[in-house]
Amino acid sequence: MNKKQRTMLIRILITAVLTVALMLVLDISRWPLGNIAHGLVYYLIVYLLISYDILLKAIKGIGNGRVFDENFLMAVASIGAFVLAIYTKRDDYLEAIAVMLFYQIGEFFQSYAVGKSRRDISALMDIRPDYANIETADGSLKHVDPDEVEVGQVIVVQPGEKVPIDGIVEQGVSSLNTVALTGESLPREVHGGEEVLSGSINMTGVLKIRTTKEFGESTVSKILELVEDSASHRSRSEDFITRFARIYTPAVCVAALALAVLPPLVNLMIGNEPLWSQWIYRALTFLVISCPCALVISIPLSFFAGIGGASREGILVKGANILETLSKVKTVVLDKTGTLTLGVFDVTAMHDIDDADKTDEEEKRQLVELAVLAECASSHPISKSLQRAYGKAIDHSRVSDIQEISGQGIMALVDGRQVAVGNEKLMERVGVEHCHCQASGTIVHVACDGRYAGHIVLGDMVKPHAAEAIRALHESGVEQTIILTGDSHKVADEVASKLGVDQMFSELLPADKVTKVDELLAAQVKGEKLAFVGDGINDAPVLTRADLGIAMGGLGSDAAIEAADVVLMDDDPLKIAKAIRISRKTLRIVWQNIVMALGIKAICLVLGALGIANMWLAIFADVGVMILAVFNAIRAMQVKKI
Amino acid sequence: MKKTFKIEVDCANCASLVEEAIKKVEGVKDALVVFVTQKMKIEFEEGVDTEAVMAEVVRVAHKVEPDFCVL
Repeated sequence: MNKKQRTMLIRILITAVLTVALMLVLDISRWPLGNIAHGLVYYLIVYLLISYDILLKAIKGIGNGRVFDENFLMAVASIGAFVLAIYTKRDDYLEAIAVMLFYQIGEFFQSYAVGKSRRDISALMDIRPDYANIETADGSLKHVDPDEVEVGQVIVVQPGEKVPIDGIVEQGVSSLNTVALTGESLPREVHGGEEVLSGSINMTGVLKIRTTKEFGESTVSKILELVEDSASHRSRSEDFITRFARIYTPAVCVAALALAVLPPLVNLMIGNEPLWSQWIYRALTFLVISCPCALVISIPLSFFAGIGGASREGILVKGANILETLSKVKTVVLDKTGTLTLGVFDVTAMHDIDDADKTDEEEKRQLVELAVLAECASSHPISKSLQRAYGKAIDHSRVSDIQEISGQGIMALVDGRQVAVGNEKLMERVGVEHCHCQASGTIVHVACDGRYAGHIVLGDMVKPHAAEAIRALHESGVEQTIILTGDSHKVADEVASKLGVDQMFSELLPADKVTKVDELLAAQVKGEKLAFVGDGINDAPVLTRADLGIAMGGLGSDAAIEAADVVLMDDDPLKIAKAIRISRKTLRIVWQNIVMALGIKAICLVLGALGIANMWLAIFADVGVMILAVFNAIRAMQVKKI
Repeated sequence: MKKTFKIEVDCANCASLVEEAIKKVEGVKDALVVFVTQKMKIEFEEGVDTEAVMAEVVRVAHKVEPDFCVL
């Protein structure tokens, strides 16, 4: 609670006590000045105590040309209630005080509860390290600002501290808690030579880390920037409500004016009593309900809570508008490699052309060597797997004239011999007769000097949660799941049927994927959205093309964070469905609030116009709705179990 | 040039009113006042004196919402 809120709370409490006291006084006219209009002076004092700031703001507002300002309207309503009470000699001054008191309670609650939930949500996302430790010459540790640490400097992270900057472990063994980064609660063991990301918490041992990035470029800074920016991308529902609020207040005021003037005039014309005071009272009731606060506050708060909750689960959503799109996703297009499969290939078989003067062992070794050397410049998962299978350092000087043929493979000069490594299309291109292998997996053919040398079969492992993830997507309302892959039809088909994916398109070049997504986008029903899920490394163009791009395992890949709308920090495909469920829950809450707030206001307006609801009820309903809406909004933060 | 400021603003409606007002300040290309994060982002026009523009921004914001302040 800040100073402003404390003062307000004290004013509210004193007013409440005094109001009750005034209600209990039996004969106020015996008090000094008490005989003027049944103790008006005392009521006015209490009234001014609770409302002086609003009255001042109202006057200032008029000075600045803001007539339909909520302070002004509350001032008019409450002063009007006073005047009516004197005029009709009902002496019911409590109403005016109550209106202001409840209004102030509402404002107080808004500022306190919203401030608190804002801090709670921010705390969920608070992974900002405050300092970094540097070892000084005498062996003691010195706290420095993480911004001041240079790339390549060694920092010390003690147990219980956050890793402030990305780097590589130089010394020490420990387990890291990465829950703030990935939502993964199992600690990760690290030792010398391994990469660690900032934002994880060191749990057991002291680590010496050689930084590989500046603080500003480190994972933790990137994530914080992304999450903080997310609140500034407004959702369409928020825009709608802001526009609505701008019309709502003036409209209610005009309605109030009409209500005060028209019925009495009509009464006069047809010769009845005009009943001015009754209709003016009803009009004042309108003014009390004229503030759209509940709506204006609860919508951005719901989205913020949803985004905060999601980030706790390792799902970074770039904005409220994205959360809104996510909730409308009906088609999910998935890249296969790295998304549904581990993208880690193992050599499962090798078939070579027999050569009489070499042993089988030598032939196989030679086949892998040719392939690895030709692919040495490629960062494709396949070439990485080949390198692992080769197991030796690569002598780059043996390779020259590397030429990458997109979607087919690589041609290069190895030891002066023309080597082609790639798929069947490449073999056809270089005019080499190749054998059609029946093994399932990704097949890499190798040709050397125009002669077929054999092929290597690589198997990709399906991720443990992949099938469950596809099922979860269907359960969360996704109507269609589609696999896009550059892999052969046979491999793609096997994965698709194993996982229960509805449709698959195989043997696509990177450019084909964009075209395919364009086709799918064009075929879509209006209002439904298409999401593309990829690992963010090779599919940035597709990520930006789809209605919604979801990048997986985005940690450490700047390109993915840049191109995608949603970044899943670890590479568990189950998170896709979870993200969709979070978005649906948030949107549900948003609509509940819109309907509830508008509905109750509409009911109050009607009851007020008919004279059934008095000012007490109106202000009570108004403040009540806001409190309910705020509590409802905060529910969006709880996403652990959905 | 873009700059982010920490602010104190009391209600969501006030935030959007302040935003509307400071968008019209000379030298401000675009502005964003976010209630939930209590932050204000201002994109200045090229080559303006940002301090002078900020002084005007604060003045205008105060006029619309007396409780608004830049921390």
